[in-house]
Amino acid sequence: MEKPKIFIANPVPEDVEEFLKESCECVKWDFRYPKTLEGILENIRDVDGVIQVGMKIDDRILDNAPKLKVVSNISVGYNNYDLDAMKRRGIIGTNTPGVLDNTVSDLILGLILNSARRIPELNRFTKSGSWVKADNSDLFGKDIHGSSLGIIGMGRIGEKVARRAKLGFGMDVSYYNRGRKLEVEEELGIVYRPMEEILKISDFVLLMTPLTPETTHLVGEKELKLMKASAFLINASRGQVVDEKALIKALEEGWIAGAGLDVYEKEPIDADNPLLRLQNAVTVPHIGSATTKTRDEMAWAAAKALVDELYGKNSGMRVPELS
Amino acid sequence: MSKPKAVIAYPVPEEVVEFVREHCDLKVLDFSKPVNLETIKDEIRDAEGMVILGLRIDDQLLDHTPKLKVASNITVGYNNCDVEAMKKRSVLCTHSPGVLDETVADFVMGLMISAARRLPELDTFTKEGKWVKGDMSELFGRDVHHSTLGIIGMGRIGEAVARRAKFGFEMDVIYYNRSRKEAVEKELGITYKPMDELLAEADFLVTLTPLTAETAHLIGERELDLMKEGSFVINASRGPVIDEEALIKALQSGKLAGAGLDVFEKEPLPKDSPLLSMKNVVTTPHIAAGTHQTMANLAWSAARSMVEVLETGTSKNIVPEMK
Repeated sequence: MEKPKIFIANPVPEDVEEFLKESCECVKWDFRYPKTLEGILENIRDVDGVIQVGMKIDDRILDNAPKLKVVSNISVGYNNYDLDAMKRRGIIGTNTPGVLDNTVSDLILGLILNSARRIPELNRFTKSGSWVKADNSDLFGKDIHGSSLGIIGMGRIGEKVARRAKLGFGMDVSYYNRGRKLEVEEELGIVYRPMEEILKISDFVLLMTPLTPETTHLVGEKELKLMKASAFLINASRGQVVDEKALIKALEEGWIAGAGLDVYEKEPIDADNPLLRLQNAVTVPHIGSATTKTRDEMAWAAAKALVDELYGKNSGMRVPELS
Repeated sequence: MSKPKAVIAYPVPEEVVEFVREHCDLKVLDFSKPVNLETIKDEIRDAEGMVILGLRIDDQLLDHTPKLKVASNITVGYNNCDVEAMKKRSVLCTHSPGVLDETVADFVMGLMISAARRLPELDTFTKEGKWVKGDMSELFGRDVHHSTLGIIGMGRIGEAVARRAKFGFEMDVIYYNRSRKEAVEKELGITYKPMDELLAEADFLVTLTPLTAETAHLIGERELDLMKEGSFVINASRGPVIDEEALIKALQSGKLAGAGLDVFEKEPLPKDSPLLSMKNVVTTPHIAAGTHQTMANLAWSAARSMVEVLETGTSKNIVPEMK
């Protein structure tokens, strides 16, 4: 049998590339240059599979890739998939759940601690030589131990965060989810609450929902106004879950105390976005899963899923809507 | 009977001032000026009790305070007090243990995640508009979960850190202490190691010893050499526990991947310190205990200890060397 042909659209570790080459004919984007639509269209014309991060897979792409059978995401989120367009053509889409849960959860605790204890701000303060006196009460932060965390969207990552918050930091954890998770409630000692109540009582509100039409702008002006003035909003899911304009207003006008953000409505975020001028917003560049080890594991998982599917085996990694 | 004379030499919450005023003839210093022996010597001449933070209590100061019975530290550490000189003059020294353990433990975890996942660096990176499309692998960090944490100095704060690391982040926790703590080992599932072994195994080294003649420069060139390539050093106890020059060398050579430092050999950190230009070093201005809740609790503790000594001659918070 002739080897299937694939397009490697994002960098993968060398050993993963070697693995792909063993069973596929590979074309690779020249990563010195940013990707262009024309370039992508040219590369996918005759491929059977694509391995990538965040590439919009819609009619425009699919119309130009008549042989395409499998698209593999090196990510958990798959809002880049136009599920209807893929379904109509019988294209298989995979993602890499599970691999990154702990790593993303670490970052979320990092965002909570960095917001509450103002670590990036104080790092800049110290680095710029502004630390001159012993009385530093204007630099104080807020305690996270013993405070309340409300998680909106309780999936695998939510559970890992709840473990850290509850068992590690002694936080009071409640959650909102479409379906209740009684086992998790019992195991971790966490409490289910309606979303409005979570917004009203939590010291930290964490958004962990996937991005769907229902969750787009789930948190807007009304929701931010329900939050305590001393509370923090943490988002490490998808930027569009929050109405960013409303969030900026909330931070500028003190409706809430601060925010810890890994994701934005537009990524990379525009350099003139007002969020970037706010000291009470911790802003990191979508690095939730970005450790060398986890990214390697994600690339491995995505590569194995792609090869399995191209050779007619169910990888077990298909996204639910396309399996 | 007239009330004893007391001086509050550090800004404390108004309720604490009121409490002391009920029991003492109180003088609160003017905090718009720096607090040191020169500026305050006329104010403390009659003082029988003082509430202090960081003020040096030595022969020089004691020569100006013939009536002093007690100096109460708002902090846990009291290396600002010359205990021998105080003993000779029968001046008691109190400190405030137990109050800040959880707040400091939160911050230690904050420094650890911040150094490993580079949050402060990447917050600045994003705010400076440097985030553009393309290969992000240069921004990758290191996993905290399931790595090995080595704690040197296992007191109450060490236990609080170990609990977070072990139960929250499923880290392997090893510790070194002058005496073994078998009850803690059992409760938290952590392991005792001789110091050199601990240094060789830890991905993250956290120093939590008090500063004494024995612990000054406990971590120097030899100890840093023993550490793993690419490991991290976290210090939120006292700066002189680590030989800063040796630490800077280990960071410059790339032996250490990074550091999270809240304390320094000299504070405020001199503006020409090489640490201030290192992106892989998170520096904060000695703020590990700095939350409003905890500082208020510490001030309460110190004020109560002082009043107790003045009224009863003793307090449970008298430092161990004087008990």
